[in-house]
Amino acid sequence: MGNLLEINNVVKNYGDFTALNNVSLQIPKGSVFGLLGPNGAGKTSLIRIINQITLPDSGSIVLDGEVLQPKHIEDIGYLPEERGLYKSMKVGEQALYLAQLKGLSKAEAKKRLKYWFEKFDISAWWGKKIEELSKGMAQKVQFIVTVMHQPKLLIFDEPFSGFDPINAQLIANEILQLRDEGATIIFSTHRMESVEELCDDIALIDKSNKILDGRLIDIKREFRTNTFQVGLATENHKEVEATLREKFEVSPADFKLLGDELCLNVKLTSGNSANDLLGYLSGKGQVQHFVELIPDANDIFIQAVGKNS
Amino acid sequence: MGKLKLIVKREFNAKVKNKSFIMMTFLSPLIMVGMGALVFFLMKKNDEKIKNIIYVDNSQLFSKDSFKDTKTVKYIDYTDQGIEASKTKVENGEFDGVLFIPKIDSLEVLAGSIEYYSKETPGLSIMDNIEGKIERKLRNVKLTNFGMDLEKIKASRISADIKMFNFSGEESSKLNNGLKIGVGAIAGYLLMMFVMIYGTSVMRSVIEEKTSRIIEIIVSSVKPFQLMLGKIIGNASAGLLQFFIWGVLLFIISIVASAVLGVDMTEMQTTEQLETMKQASGGKIEVIIQEILRLPLLKLFVLFIFYFLGGFMLYSSLFAAVGAAVDNETDTQQFMLPIMLPLILGVYVGFATVINDPHGPISTIFSYIPFTSPIVMLMRVPFGVSWYELAISMALLLLTFTFMVWFAAKIYRVGILMYGKKPTYKDLYKWLKY
Repeated sequence: MGNLLEINNVVKNYGDFTALNNVSLQIPKGSVFGLLGPNGAGKTSLIRIINQITLPDSGSIVLDGEVLQPKHIEDIGYLPEERGLYKSMKVGEQALYLAQLKGLSKAEAKKRLKYWFEKFDISAWWGKKIEELSKGMAQKVQFIVTVMHQPKLLIFDEPFSGFDPINAQLIANEILQLRDEGATIIFSTHRMESVEELCDDIALIDKSNKILDGRLIDIKREFRTNTFQVGLATENHKEVEATLREKFEVSPADFKLLGDELCLNVKLTSGNSANDLLGYLSGKGQVQHFVELIPDANDIFIQAVGKNS
Repeated sequence: MGKLKLIVKREFNAKVKNKSFIMMTFLSPLIMVGMGALVFFLMKKNDEKIKNIIYVDNSQLFSKDSFKDTKTVKYIDYTDQGIEASKTKVENGEFDGVLFIPKIDSLEVLAGSIEYYSKETPGLSIMDNIEGKIERKLRNVKLTNFGMDLEKIKASRISADIKMFNFSGEESSKLNNGLKIGVGAIAGYLLMMFVMIYGTSVMRSVIEEKTSRIIEIIVSSVKPFQLMLGKIIGNASAGLLQFFIWGVLLFIISIVASAVLGVDMTEMQTTEQLETMKQASGGKIEVIIQEILRLPLLKLFVLFIFYFLGGFMLYSSLFAAVGAAVDNETDTQQFMLPIMLPLILGVYVGFATVINDPHGPISTIFSYIPFTSPIVMLMRVPFGVSWYELAISMALLLLTFTFMVWFAAKIYRVGILMYGKKPTYKDLYKWLKY
């Protein structure tokens, strides 16, 4: 497959402040790439450099085998976090203008806009001014404008803000469909559940440095703690828990089951496997619940950033 | 370059399709003409009201000849009635005022003892007029006393009109000078108005893009410099269109108004102004037209375009930078002042020094300084400015203009993506280095 975008040792300083410190990333073709990090970590700086809004102080960026240059503007679609449209301009006129700025001819832009407006069922808005639309409606127009010139690389910064759950799902599905059609997507968000849902790869940036990157599934393996949620139907909770402590690391449960089960988080110690635990438990009572605690994006985020500070 | 065209087109359309722009374009000339007509009618009304002034001349020096009626004042001899009876009549409102000339032998003392009574304080022009009549009469009496022949003195009056030449063979006269001042002043003033109106409109358009947050989407498609240039050109084109429409409308409306209302526009001048103009031109309008045609019109036109565009670009790029630096219009004040200052200075210097001494040191220096040169040089040009001076001034303007656009583009590029804190001059300096 190869990488669509390669970011090599990018450094960006604003006066005395270092926004990006030697950041390198590889973004595989046809993937959804989650660019994560706390506020002020340097994500927006990086995104702006990819969009050629600002230039890096040093380092190089390669898009689809070519060093990034002004003509690549047409290969990138960018939905910034802080977005807006001309308030007093009509929706259609505005979309046409923005499409033409991305290099589409007027006729082609019209054709594609018609397709998207019908797809999102918003053809009736063509002649309306943006100020007459609700925020969610304007966001839809914004999304169309971002993807309409069929760029190789799409960058979405918090694409779901301002959408209700139904429209957020609609947009999420669109993003996945765009990926399936061959686009590569950089996705920056603080909503970790959508990272779980959408991302194939992630990178975590904190305090101007990349602290983590790779396939989401690999990172999860790296962060697994071999801890299991256990629910056991037994008569004497205290005795079972005490004997468990002798062989495993046990911590209080943070989940609830429907009956009066003994609920615990149990971490395997060295030399133990999940089967050992399960076998041990089944000798003590009825096992109602047995699930590995897989770290989710949220846990990884908090742990990695916490470790870095 | 295709993108620049797109941006210019959008900026132009956004400006021109704006309701307030359309209103301004079509209503302003109507309002201006309406105001002019109103003033004219009020003045005419004022003129139509004739004042009746009676005079009591105990000195017997004055006659009806000395107090000739004017358009607005009628003089009536009430010497027979005596001063007390006349005063009563004025108090009763039968007349507007009474002039009392006592009987005193010494003309000098008499000149200081004449009295005027009225219920309302009379206007300055009436008093000047009466004083003039009295002075003229008393002077004549004195001259006669000296044994001079009044007819000969009258015949000896002569007026001189010095024809002025420079070495490129351009002839000028006082009238011509007046015209030159007029042409220069109009050009300079127009430029200042244009910069103020459309420079701030460039600024507002930048702020609008910032507050609506569309800016980041736009700059991911075009270079900030292109966007800034497109804005300046688009707004300037809209401005030129508006000025052009104003010119045409004013012309049409004044023709229609004069035809419909029977108002002769030349009558809008007060009679006195007309009088001086007639004196200066020897009473012929054709002379004025001839004098206008004798100005170096082509040179004027070319230089007007150059300084107009140069000045506008210089200032509007600064306005764009200010717009980019702030988040909303109320924050613009601190940055506006240093921009407005040289502009206003240019106009002041122009009116204060160029008119008196078009080639003096102050006018010359200010016509070199790029921030004032568009206005001051435009005012100087009709008086004939040597080519090397023009070359220096134009080169400096071009150089500064290029530098300023670069400088403004730097601030613009960084500023449009900065939100929150109101920047200080120190911040702006830092942005230059990003």
